[in-house]
Amino acid sequence: MSPTTRPFVAYFTREQDVLAATGAVRRAGLGIRDVYTPYAVHGLEAAMGLRRSRLSQVCFFAGLTGLTTMLFFAWWTSAVSWPLNVGGKPFASIPAYIPVTFEFTVLCAALITVSALFVVAKLWPGKSADTVPGATNDRFALVLEPIGDDNRARALCIEHGAVETGWLEPRAKDGRLSALPGAKA
Amino acid sequence: MSEPSVSPLRVPLVNPPRTMAAITEEIAAPLERRPSLGFWALFAVSSSALLLGLGCVSYEIATGIGTWGLNRTIGWAFDITNFVFWVGIGHAGTLISAILFLFRQKWRTSINRSAEAMTLFAVICAATFPLIHMGRPWLAMWMFPYPNSRGPLWVNFRSPLLWDVFAISTYFTVSAVFWYLGLIPDLATLRDRARPGSLRRRIYGLMAFGWTGSTRVWNHYEMAYLLLAGLCTPLVLSVHSIVSMDFATSVIPGWHATIFPPYFVAGAVFSGFAMVLTLMIVARKVLRFENLITVRHLENMCKVIIVTGGIVGLAYATEFFTAWYSGNPYERFTFINRALGPYAWAYWTMVSCNVLVPQAFWIKRVRTSPWAIFALSLLINVGMWFERFVIVVTSLHRDFLPSAWSMYRPTFIEVGTLIGSFGLFLTLFLVFCRLLPMISIGEVKGVLAYAQSREPSTRHIEGAA
Repeated sequence: MSPTTRPFVAYFTREQDVLAATGAVRRAGLGIRDVYTPYAVHGLEAAMGLRRSRLSQVCFFAGLTGLTTMLFFAWWTSAVSWPLNVGGKPFASIPAYIPVTFEFTVLCAALITVSALFVVAKLWPGKSADTVPGATNDRFALVLEPIGDDNRARALCIEHGAVETGWLEPRAKDGRLSALPGAKA
Repeated sequence: MSEPSVSPLRVPLVNPPRTMAAITEEIAAPLERRPSLGFWALFAVSSSALLLGLGCVSYEIATGIGTWGLNRTIGWAFDITNFVFWVGIGHAGTLISAILFLFRQKWRTSINRSAEAMTLFAVICAATFPLIHMGRPWLAMWMFPYPNSRGPLWVNFRSPLLWDVFAISTYFTVSAVFWYLGLIPDLATLRDRARPGSLRRRIYGLMAFGWTGSTRVWNHYEMAYLLLAGLCTPLVLSVHSIVSMDFATSVIPGWHATIFPPYFVAGAVFSGFAMVLTLMIVARKVLRFENLITVRHLENMCKVIIVTGGIVGLAYATEFFTAWYSGNPYERFTFINRALGPYAWAYWTMVSCNVLVPQAFWIKRVRTSPWAIFALSLLINVGMWFERFVIVVTSLHRDFLPSAWSMYRPTFIEVGTLIGSFGLFLTLFLVFCRLLPMISIGEVKGVLAYAQSREPSTRHIEGAA
């Protein structure tokens, strides 16, 4: 396969370099496939132009669902389904339902938010990972969409401190993406 | 991308500075070498304690609650003491992982993983006590409201004991999810370190959920992590508040106090930090993590202990004042009996360990000396166990009718069960240290650049092509 159809990759060793390079590449109008980093680099999502995650909205509505469900359930079991006289307290003792309602709100919000994360991020147990070499250890990898013979990307990345550049192979046998030994900067 | 300017007053969190690859090596090393003799010695001790506990619990379940030293006056004693003690231990983990995260305390990165693991193990230990106290633990599902053939008979949503069921089970579930979420990037690191095709690679690969470090995923991940931290913060405060309501909603003098929720929460954080310190000081030595879990981390935790210890001391004084000011003779008697009655030794152990001992941390030389901290944190653990014992037993043993007054002594079975819970806790912790990274690899890398120059490289290469 010729380099024109393979994704371009540039490796960095410092977060400020990958941040600057990502911004520069985006300003140059080149398509960014992804940036693989060993830890969450703050500001990178902005440099890539990613939208703020909307999981917070999922979390809010999940919590609201938990809250109404448990409040209704506690009232229904205590006051409708089988009202039992406990120490002469009113059957519908709303304040006494609050602790359980609160706990259930938190439980629903947490579990649904994390499930939503796994769905939107497409993570599941045993999924095989297309890892860029070193991206979970000590290198930041900026991967661009196939760019053909355009040399601007390489120039920009090297200018911003890339330590290595190259083209990613599609899936290798062990399920990993592997990089061609690129030109050392 | 303008980086915030870094104050020269900030001290690097990881000292001496090192590369990211070195961090990975350092944290993964204990997982990839054979366990030392010291590990096996500790494991032998903890698993023996666990076996003793299993024996005692099996005997108790086969025979009945009569194997405990309870009587008609003292219907709650060792069991609930241990329950409250262990739930309290768990609180430090959530405080470190969630509350310090929200307050952007970057030093938490070295200790949050193991503190969260401690939370889980402590809650497991705590949950065993109500379970065995049921006498018929095989009917434990009756605690949950589900459609059943007995009516359906529902649980009583007005009972603080039911609130406890929901609080503890939610706390465990959410803490476990939060902990696992934090582990995923590190599991991917371990997966990628393992030899292709090896069992280790397959297991970590299964657990890593196909993590690649993609920023598109980090974007959602960071949001989910923040949300979970935000959910865990009120959760942890609610859990010990609800535990305290097991007592506070009753009419027993010494229990029936509005101060209980904040008092219990402060005590929980206090005891939890003492336990984190006890374990960390040993672990950083044995696993050679002194450069990652530095004296500065220990010192910061000691400062938290000074604050929460102060709140606990204030709560003791407030309880006494309220008892006197209430004018209620039963309330007054309970507190005078605590300080001067037959359990005065337990009360004064509690006061000296919880109020006097932490004052030593005002001295910088003490709070920067690991062995001094270790000794003092053990004393605080003892003091906090006695706090629960004093609250539970001294409030009950001399009740409204002097003819019913009684004394409580734990039996061998009860002491064995307590030792067993320590065995369970330590065994789980040791297994954790062997199988999973004890320090968050990814998060420590994120703070490596803390207090360092963050100027981007600008290498202008002529016609780079």
